[in-house]
Amino acid sequence: MDFLRPASWEEALAAKAEHPTAVPIAGGTDVMVEINFDHRRPEYLLDLTRVGDLYEWETGEDSVRLGASVPYTRIMENLRTELPGLALASHTVASPQIRNRGGVGGNLGTASPAGDAHPALLAAGAEVEAESVRGSRRIPIDAFYTGVKRNALAPDELIRAVHIDKADGPQQFSKVGTRNAMVIAVCAFGLALHPGTRTVRTGIGSAAPTPIRATAAEEFLNAALDEERLWDSGRSITPSVARQFAQLCSAACNPVDDVRGTARYRRHAVGVMARRTLMWTWESYRGNARTMEGAA
Amino acid sequence: MRVNFTVNGRPQQADDVWEGESLLYVLRERLGLPGSKNACEQGECGSCTVRLDGVPVCSCLVAAGQAEGSEIVTVEGLAEYARQRACGTGGCDTSAECGTSGDEARRWSAHGTDSATGEGTELAPIQQAFIDAGAVQCGFCTPGLLVAADEMLERNPNPTDADIREALSGNLCRCTGYEKIMDAVRLAAARQGEGA
Ligand SMILES: Cc1cc2nc3c(=O)[nH]c(=O)nc-3n(C[C@H](O)[C@H](O)[C@H](O)COP(=O)(O)OP(=O)(O)OC[C@H]3O[C@@H](n4cnc5c(N)ncnc54)[C@H](O)[C@@H]3O)c2cc1C
Ligand code: FES
Ligand code: FES
Repeated sequence: MDFLRPASWEEALAAKAEHPTAVPIAGGTDVMVEINFDHRRPEYLLDLTRVGDLYEWETGEDSVRLGASVPYTRIMENLRTELPGLALASHTVASPQIRNRGGVGGNLGTASPAGDAHPALLAAGAEVEAESVRGSRRIPIDAFYTGVKRNALAPDELIRAVHIDKADGPQQFSKVGTRNAMVIAVCAFGLALHPGTRTVRTGIGSAAPTPIRATAAEEFLNAALDEERLWDSGRSITPSVARQFAQLCSAACNPVDDVRGTARYRRHAVGVMARRTLMWTWESYRGNARTMEGAA
Repeated sequence: MRVNFTVNGRPQQADDVWEGESLLYVLRERLGLPGSKNACEQGECGSCTVRLDGVPVCSCLVAAGQAEGSEIVTVEGLAEYARQRACGTGGCDTSAECGTSGDEARRWSAHGTDSATGEGTELAPIQQAFIDAGAVQCGFCTPGLLVAADEMLERNPNPTDADIREALSGNLCRCTGYEKIMDAVRLAAARQGEGA
């Protein structure tokens, strides 16, 4: 094994181009487990911890450019307002020790269907900034997950950052699992209201081979909210609409039976989380709408 | 490969380190610092917790090469680390406690005090509190808990019970049932408050 220690982003890209099989290591909270357990013996480890750019974030007009290695702890502490869904999800990842090291770049690199950042990114809307010596490109988050633990990165590419839309409405994240510091969720659900575009977006974790959006459920809900003019009136969502939304979210799942839970349980739990997160976010939206009306 | 870093205030060098080797392995097997414990090697138990440039991490999940040039504090260095912190923040009552007084220099040689291994030094307040509260049974989880608890008290001198639980959520104990550990951390916080 060789240990490559690029001191800058350019050096990291050059090293990855020269050794496309090199395994990047950031927080190491996925990679080191595999090495400790002999599940992986990479020829090259490409240490990204000296690349300072990866630990920085910039808040722009409409989005946050989040460096690939910004640890979850920093996201929780600093980006709660801009990225509430991701901040909530970050807080559910493992323990403080793990959150001090691990970040979204590693979560995307592993692309586990159980990764907690994914539902939040899918719901908020995001693009992955991938770069190689050949150039840089933006991969829409919907196109990033290509299979079980597979992603759209080319062998010579590294993740530089993730561009995440700033929240324009309430966001929620919910997860079913054992204690926090135990690995992986049984299933997880992210939901974001986008009053600007009058849309609702979702993200589901651990209930299909890849993280997914419940697109049929989103379409149904967007139409129902529109039809009943709820974005304007700020009235409550009727129980029947919420129920149907939850059912469609369950139906979007394609889960497996495994030691953590049965497929049936996962489908059920996703429906429950869908209904709850919709109610939480919608009530918060209504509350805000009412306060704004009161002020006007 | 060769790795250089500072452990408990002393420059250290480890040779013939395998590229996939963890920081935990290097500390225990190459540098003779077995305080940090190895139980799960997958980040779940926290018994290997050390401070890496101030930040609590599972040393079993840090590749040794990633620690090159870093400052590491293990449980062996915790007492000295806490002592220096107290001096830095003006928390010591006499100036003699800061730096090496003549008295201390004599004790140093007499008892073979060693800041790297922690041998012969006075305990850190958090260590004393764990003993006084009866928070140690088999002791396997203790080093990781001490490092994590000490860091929390540094950041948050007046923690609520929820703060303590959150800060220690990555550290498993199979013996105590955690109640005495909670007591110990509350005790250390209270004593810290009195001292300041
Ligand atoms: C005890 C424990 C509990 C955990 N609990 C959770 C949990 O609750 N939720 C959850 O989502 N995850 C959990 N994880 C998994 C892990 O912490 C996360 O996936 C984390 O986001 C990984 O980030 P990292 O920086 O440590 O990644 P690393 O281990 O460094 O890398 C992970 C993968 O990403 C690749 N990679 C890293 N950076 C880049 C980059 N810039 N460009 C391209 N590829 C890159 C690596 O090559 C590797 O394939 C847990 C892990 C442990 C050990
Ligand atoms: S040995 Fe590192 S967390 Fe258990
Ligand atoms: S005292 Fe035995 S594991 Fe905690």
